[in-house]
Order: sequence, then structure tokens, then C-alpha cells
Amino acid sequence: MRRHLSSAALVLLAAGCNSPAADGDQSPAASAAPAVPAALATFERYDAAAVPGGPGPGKRYALGTAASTSVIARWNTDVGAQGTELPPGKGSVGEGSALYTSLCASCHGVGGVGGIAPNPPLVGRDSSAEGFRFARDPQLTKTIGNYWPYATTLFDYIKRAMPLATPGSLTDSQVYALTAYLLAANQVIADTTTLDADALRAVRMPYRDRFVRDDRTGGPGVR
Amino acid sequence: MRVESNAPQGDGHHEGHNGDREDGLHGAPNDRSASEHAVAPDGLTDARGTSVSRRVLLTGAAGVAAGALVSVLPGAAVGQGGTSAGASTPPPAPSRVPADPGSMLGAPTSAQGMRAAAVNPARVPVGAVSGSSRSPLGELTGTITPSDLHFERHHAGVPALDAATHRLVIHGLVDRPMEFSVDDIRRLPQVSRTYFIECSGNGRAPFKSPKPETTAQAAAGMTSNTEWTGVPLATLFREVGVKREASWFLAEGADACHMTRSVPVEKGWEDAMVVWAQNGEPLRPAQGYPLRLLLPGWEGNINLKWLRRLELGTQPWMTRWETSVYTDPLLGDTARQFSFVIDAKSVITSPSFPDVIGTRGWRPVTGLAWSGRGRIARVEVSTDGGASWHDAELSGTPQPKAHVRFQYMWNWRGEEALLLSRATDETGQVQPTRTALIDVRGPGTDYHFNAIVGWRVQPDGAVFYHGTT
Ligand code: HEC
Repeated sequence: MRRHLSSAALVLLAAGCNSPAADGDQSPAASAAPAVPAALATFERYDAAAVPGGPGPGKRYALGTAASTSVIARWNTDVGAQGTELPPGKGSVGEGSALYTSLCASCHGVGGVGGIAPNPPLVGRDSSAEGFRFARDPQLTKTIGNYWPYATTLFDYIKRAMPLATPGSLTDSQVYALTAYLLAANQVIADTTTLDADALRAVRMPYRDRFVRDDRTGGPGVR
Repeated sequence: MRVESNAPQGDGHHEGHNGDREDGLHGAPNDRSASEHAVAPDGLTDARGTSVSRRVLLTGAAGVAAGALVSVLPGAAVGQGGTSAGASTPPPAPSRVPADPGSMLGAPTSAQGMRAAAVNPARVPVGAVSGSSRSPLGELTGTITPSDLHFERHHAGVPALDAATHRLVIHGLVDRPMEFSVDDIRRLPQVSRTYFIECSGNGRAPFKSPKPETTAQAAAGMTSNTEWTGVPLATLFREVGVKREASWFLAEGADACHMTRSVPVEKGWEDAMVVWAQNGEPLRPAQGYPLRLLLPGWEGNINLKWLRRLELGTQPWMTRWETSVYTDPLLGDTARQFSFVIDAKSVITSPSFPDVIGTRGWRPVTGLAWSGRGRIARVEVSTDGGASWHDAELSGTPQPKAHVRFQYMWNWRGEEALLLSRATDETGQVQPTRTALIDVRGPGTDYHFNAIVGWRVQPDGAVFYHGTT
């Protein structure tokens, strides 16, 4: 029996435990979740014995090569919500403001108000758009300050994706500075702040607690 | 003319930022209405013998506009379209059919096939680099989307990758961090499965402000259905030895935004694949060449293209694509996160705007239905705006997480009619009305628009979109 994935994942997340992925049958979540129709494709048991001629149960095909530390390090620059991976370096709001004007304002507007589509606004704490009322009012504009749950996401995203046409061109200290500028412009941190790994980890976004897990499970009813 | 109102709309990921701002290249509609005059004099009719002049104008013109747009898009040279008269090349001018084609020698064999000169289905590209293009659902039949017409959505253009040097690195909570070449992956056992991919922003603009002059392409063209070939992710998980404590993995693309999404490991064991082919040939660049993560039934964005890295961990990374965007505001002043699964949905593709039904009598009301939770169990059609519903035929056996085609035979006698379709999947989920979705999720709901929609048929035969169910 397979568990219903989305609700099983939901239950596991809520319980804060890890998914025993390889033998999901034993999870305590199983009884709480609806069963997946039996005919659904699953590769859980599609092991090295599944295709005739293969090496057999419990074996590997042993294709591919060991990934060296340097190969992994080249791409492994992601920064997760806790910020444990944040690199050395630091940057101030003032430095970020100057960088923003020269590198970002052409698309995102002076002060981050947004540009011509698809260049989104980055800054805005208009009181009418506070309170996370986005479902109630489709006209409200989402910004980093009134929507984003984690400040670390900003560092990760700027570093991997911006400026749009020259991603990867910023130093880590420049990314800290731009992150600091955008957080200050969104009234999340003071204008005098200098961000480094510890300082960024400590930033708490205003609406962090508003994000909830998916409760749609299929079956009758609208959620 | 009505054609100009089929304004292209992006999947509008930033409408939430900007209210109802249009997310697209504003030159496109004008290009198309200008070019209609070049197409119109040929006076083509379709195989049904009914006048579809509005459709012919629209699609022929869209192709011309697409060609014009593509020339300014970075990466267009490696985009989809390839050999057909699709989005990346202007369609050839419809050639005159000779009075007796059999009286002269035909064209020779060719290296790569072309569509018939009068057939020019085209995507409508919107947005230069953070953009989308939709499948022309109103012109497609059956369930398989031709690869060059599979919808696109990308956030930093289509990268030009070399399959010979491309690598997939898998690391983190694994016994053996590994690097796989595309050739390594092709040497593992191959599986082929047919699945839809739908962008969770599909239908946003017509949901938010329904306009009569909306094609099936604009209403729902960010879903497509193809056969994918690749290796089960479970096989790669076994090769690297995913540790038991791993509960999430991060998938990363090699495009210019290096897109990242967090995925529960369980989905990786269940039915995820790393695919390298689509409809029998290597992936096209816009679909992720050379490698794409395929998560059947889950929102388009997480079916990550140009896959270069998988990192196993214990919690989601909270990337920009699972926080700032692809999260769904809810009443109660919260936002739903990790809303992966596509809900049960259907759309009638024929008749649809801009058809004009010229002839009374029998015709199929036909369309597509799909669900990210499994098979479609039932599709009902109404011709009276929902006062009465009738079971439609499902062609063939519905496959899980794949488009199924439905049809209902309808005898039009010239009356005003309102055609609607309503899908039910095997979990018992019934496609809701737009009003029901808004009641539950709020008017600012921003993804997963699976409301019942349809088409109003006027006594003069003109067909218009109806979204306010
Ligand atoms: C050439 C135009 C351009 C430039 C220059 C540019 N950006 Fe962007 N930026 C974009 C676009 C387009 C997007 C939306 C991308 C998408 O659709 O995924 C974006 C998205 C963003 C976002 C995410 C917004 C959200 O709400 O999700 C941030 C943050 C951002 N940019 C920061 C920057 C910073 C910092 C710089 C300067 C270092 C910069 N950008 C330079 C075009 C640009």
C-alpha cells in the first residue's frame, strides 16, 4: 500500500520527523492518510532486479563517477532558511544602496518600486497592504517586506539569479550589502545595519508565520 | 475584428505584485491584428466544412507574430519549433492547392517533416526572458501535445547546454556523492510514461477577469501532455545510497537563474523521473535539454528543467520559487506553501473562441481533463449553463496524471447555449465553480485555478469564453 503523498508529507512535516522514504509503509502517518489508488505508478520497488538481465536485488549499476569535493562545491552555494551555509563577507545598507542604484534600479525602479513587466517591485510597506490580506484583495502588491517569510532567501536568490543578465557576477559581500539595502528599504532592519552571516541569520521577517502547509487532499470539497 | 482581444497574458506571476498589470509584450496583439490581412484573403475553411475564419485569422496571425517576436529573444535559436512551422519560424504562406493535385508529381521525401501548409498551430510567446508560451489547445486533438507546441515557462531564458559536458551531481545525505553524465543516465533502465505538466498559474488572467474573447489557448494553454522517457529517480537514489534520514531534496537547474525547488524525498521514491526524451526524441531546449526532473501530477515549476544538481537534506530550503512565488494566499491571512499537486480540471477545446459554428446539427463537444492525483473518473458536459449535466465519453482508458480526451455529442439547432465541462477524479474531487473557489480561497487566490469554465454559443454561431461560473 502506498500512502497518499501530499497528506503523508504534510503529516510528517507537522510531526517534524523525517520521512522513512524507502519503506514508507511503516510510517505512523500511513493510517491517517487516504490510500493512493493501487494502480498508481511507483518506482519504490523498481530496483536493480526489476529489469531482466540486471545486476539483481540490492545491487547497483555503478554508473557515474564519485563527485569530488570541488565538483560539489562549485554548485553547492545554496543558502537554506536557517542560514547555516551563509558564506563569509559583510555589507552595509549604505553600500547596498549604491550598488542597487548602479546595478538594479534600471529594472526594479528607483527605490525598488518596480519597473515595466516582468520586473517586479521589491520594496513596499504601504500600510494598506499590511496584514497579509492578499487573498481578500487581489489589488494588493506583494513585496519582500510584506510577504517574504525568510531573509536568507533574499541572499540566496540575489546570489544565484541577479542581476538578471549577469548572474554570479556579485561578490558575497556585495550580496550581503544588497540584501541589507533591500531589507532596510522594506523597514525590516535599521538603515545603519551591516549584515554578515550571523546578523542575517538573526533577521526575522514580519510575516514569517503566515505560511501554512498544503491541506488539499483530493476527495470531495474545495480547499 | 475580434482577434486583437486575444491578448497574450503571461502566467502572470507578478500580477500579485501589480494587481491586474498585464505580463507580456504589448506589441504582440497589434502584430497579429496587422498580419490578419495577409492571411485572410486565402479564405481557408477547416475540415468540418464550417467557417472558422476567426480561428484561421487568429492562428495564422499568431504564427507570424511569434516569428517576429522570436527574432528578438535571446536563446530563440535553440528554442522549440525546430522543423515545423511552429513558434520559432514564420509559417510558410499557405500554398494554393492545385485543382487536381493527383495530376502532377508531388513533393519529394524530406529530412524533417513539415506541417501541411494550411496548418499552423502556434504558441504565443509572451515575455522576453521571464516568459511563457501556451499550447494552442483549440487546434489540437487527441491527448498528445506535439513537442514543439508543449507550453513553455522559464524565468531566465532557455540556456544553450551541451549534453556531452552536462553533469548531474547528487550529494548531501547520500552514501556516495556522485556525478552522472547524460550518457551514464541513458545507460540506466529506461521508462516511458505519459504525463501532463500544468503551470499552476495556468488560467490566471481569465480567472481574475474573464473576457469573452479568450481562446482555449489563453484560457488553459499552460498544460500539455507528452510521453517522457528517462530513468526513475528511485534508481538514481539507489545508485547514490540516499540515507534514511533524508526527507527533502533540492533540485537545481543550469539556467541563468539557477532555479531551485525543494521536493519531499518520498516523491522521489514514488514516481519521479529524470527524463532526457520527450515524444521519442531528446528533450527540446525549452523543455529542459538535456535533463529534466519530472514530478508527475505536480505544478509545472517544480518539474525542473536543465537539471544539474540534487542535494539531499532534512528540510525545505525555502527558495524564492517556494516563498515569494508559487505560494497561494488564503482567506485567514495566510498563504499555502508547497502546494504541489494539480487539482482535477477540464476544459472544452472545441468548440471554443474564436470559432463560429456555421452549420446546425451534430458535433462533438470535446476537450481535455486531468488531475494530479491520479485518473480522471468522469467528465460531465452541460449545454445549458449547468442546469443539466450529462456524462461525456472518455476516449480510451484514462491514465494517471495524464490528459484524457472527452466528448459529448451535441445537436445544435441554432439556440443560444452555454457549454461547460466538469471533471471528477478517482479521489472523488469534483471540479468547482469559480464562485466556489473564490468563496474558499478568496478573490486574491493566485495559483491552481481549476474552476469550471466554458463557452457561450450565440444564435449566430459565434463562440465566446465564459469564465464566471
Ligand atoms: C535586466 C533587468 C534586471 C536587473 C538589472 C535586475 N533584476 Fe532583479 N529581477 C528581474 C526580473 C525579470 C525578475 C523576475 C524573475 C522571474 O520572473 O523569475 C527579478 C526578480 C528579482 C527579485 C525577486 C522578486 C520577487 O518578488 O520574487 C529580487 C529580490 C531581485 N530581482 C533583486 C535584484 C537585485 C538585487 C538586482 C541588482 C543586483 C537586480 N535584481 C537586477 C530583472 C532584473
